[in-house]
Amino acid sequence: MTNSLFGPLHDVAEEAGYADPPERAGFFTDTSVCIGCKACEVACKEWNAIPEDGYALTGMSYDNTGALGASTWRHVAFIEQSAPREVDQGDGASRWLMASDVCKHCTHAACLDVCPTGALFRTEFATVVVQQDICNGCAYCVSACPYGVIDRREDDGRAWKCTMCYDRLGDGMEPACAKACPTDSIQYGPLDELRERARERLGDLHDQGVTEARLYGEDENDGVGGDGAFFLLLDEPETYGLPPDPVVTTRDLPAMWKWAGGAAAALAGCVAVSFLGRR
Amino acid sequence: MVPRAEFGSYYGRPILKRPRWKAPHMPGYLYFGGLSGAAATMAAMADATGRRRLSLTGRLTALTAAAAGSALLIDELGRPERFLHMLRVFKPTSPMSVGSWVLAAHGGLTGAAAASAVTGIAPRLGRAAGAGAALTGPVLATYTGVLIADTAVPAWHEGYRHLPLLFAGSALASAGAVGMAAVPGREGAPARRMVVLGAGLELAAAGMLERGKGMREEPELVSEPYRIGRAGALLRYGRALTAAGAAGTLVAGRSRTAAVMSALAVTGGALCTRFAVLYAGHASAEDPKYTVVPQRARVTRA
Ligand code: SF4
Ligand code: SF4
Repeated sequence: MTNSLFGPLHDVAEEAGYADPPERAGFFTDTSVCIGCKACEVACKEWNAIPEDGYALTGMSYDNTGALGASTWRHVAFIEQSAPREVDQGDGASRWLMASDVCKHCTHAACLDVCPTGALFRTEFATVVVQQDICNGCAYCVSACPYGVIDRREDDGRAWKCTMCYDRLGDGMEPACAKACPTDSIQYGPLDELRERARERLGDLHDQGVTEARLYGEDENDGVGGDGAFFLLLDEPETYGLPPDPVVTTRDLPAMWKWAGGAAAALAGCVAVSFLGRR
Repeated sequence: MVPRAEFGSYYGRPILKRPRWKAPHMPGYLYFGGLSGAAATMAAMADATGRRRLSLTGRLTALTAAAAGSALLIDELGRPERFLHMLRVFKPTSPMSVGSWVLAAHGGLTGAAAASAVTGIAPRLGRAAGAGAALTGPVLATYTGVLIADTAVPAWHEGYRHLPLLFAGSALASAGAVGMAAVPGREGAPARRMVVLGAGLELAAAGMLERGKGMREEPELVSEPYRIGRAGALLRYGRALTAAGAAGTLVAGRSRTAAVMSALAVTGGALCTRFAVLYAGHASAEDPKYTVVPQRARVTRA
């Protein structure tokens, strides 16, 4: 039970009670090769039969889905930067950053920790999935996720998010988005292997002079114990709409209960004091 | 005013999801839960000290408020018919799970205590149930602070030290208000003292919350949603009403009109405070600066 609320935790599935789980599965999204084709968004919709988001245009860029949500489980961000960073972009004065975002399947998943029904659960692959026949739509997970991933679908009343294609993993297949990605920007596999591959890629990029390349979410010592889905980014996380240093809310849970206990005692004490004295 | 924060973001879009909890359900639930909890404790003390009318008032208030709070809570679910799924599991990491069990226990106990008090059947069991509700009551009134603080919403999460005390004070004042309006004269004196003590706690906790006292990174920015916009205005109205109600309480022993007016003011203040907390959470999740700036400061320093 060490580090069950916060901190590095290697045996995520075992901690959740699986006796002999398979290797932890994950996504490595290398945004440096993403071409913004949105094949992942489409493949995810098709495989998971997710309803459409409507045809509204955001007006801010070519990105018309805008953010992850109850019916967008992969979201491709388009960032148009007017001035190039350190990289030599030739004579062009701007660059495009594209990144396919997804649920992080956190080691310490706030959504899962706060879910009062047990609808959110940890799979044997150490991913996080909503059981749709259990969720009662309390929306606690929505406010708990530090990445703003999971959301409630208002016409349906339940919370939805990426399952890492739980149904496909069970059959030994890779998730639909990774399968569809033409540039291998989205890679699926055992998390340890992916982390190693990511570090190599980062080294290569740094050698090529792309010094702004960095990994995001791969560190077990970060605020959520490391992400099951991590990224190679070419700018600060917030540029892509990601929080720079997210921390699982349950880190402070013991302290929260202590303060609440103190407040409860104060309440009881004040009532008792009010009844002191003569009648 | 906090200076305009310079920070990066994705076209200014929010990072967090706006809480789906809404008005009047969520603030209403917070109010009724607090009222029920503090009223149950008041009833048990009144019972133990032989104040019959105050005890009966407390028991009926505790039951009615628990029922009203539960109704709001259930109606806020995306799938209200699945409410009982809350009691499928007990999860200490989920304040909503803990709270559902506390609410269920408290509702049952207050129901038994009130039924016995009204019908006169099984008076000893009724008193025992009332004593039990006096223990679940303070928990019900304060766990809601943990409920909303155990989220990624910066203004809520960073307020985890203040929110339970804020709700405790507000609950004390709310229950005292009902007691003082319903029970005049000498017997109602403890209720009036509860109003004054509760209002003091509520005002102190709200003041610390608004100033960001004890918050970790960028306290002035993180507490800003409590000072500006709709939430800021509601907190100010709430403070004025609570203070006026508490002041009126000092003469409420002699004048029935003053007692009722003060009770209404205190109740209005408690409601304003609850709505303010909800709207501060919405504002805090909607603007990415509240998420990015404190986290960026932490990264830069490390
Ligand atoms: S990113 Fe959010 S929704 Fe996904 S596992 Fe983490 S906390 Fe849950
Ligand atoms: S909305 Fe559903 S999945 Fe989310 S916390 Fe509530 S019951 Fe769990």
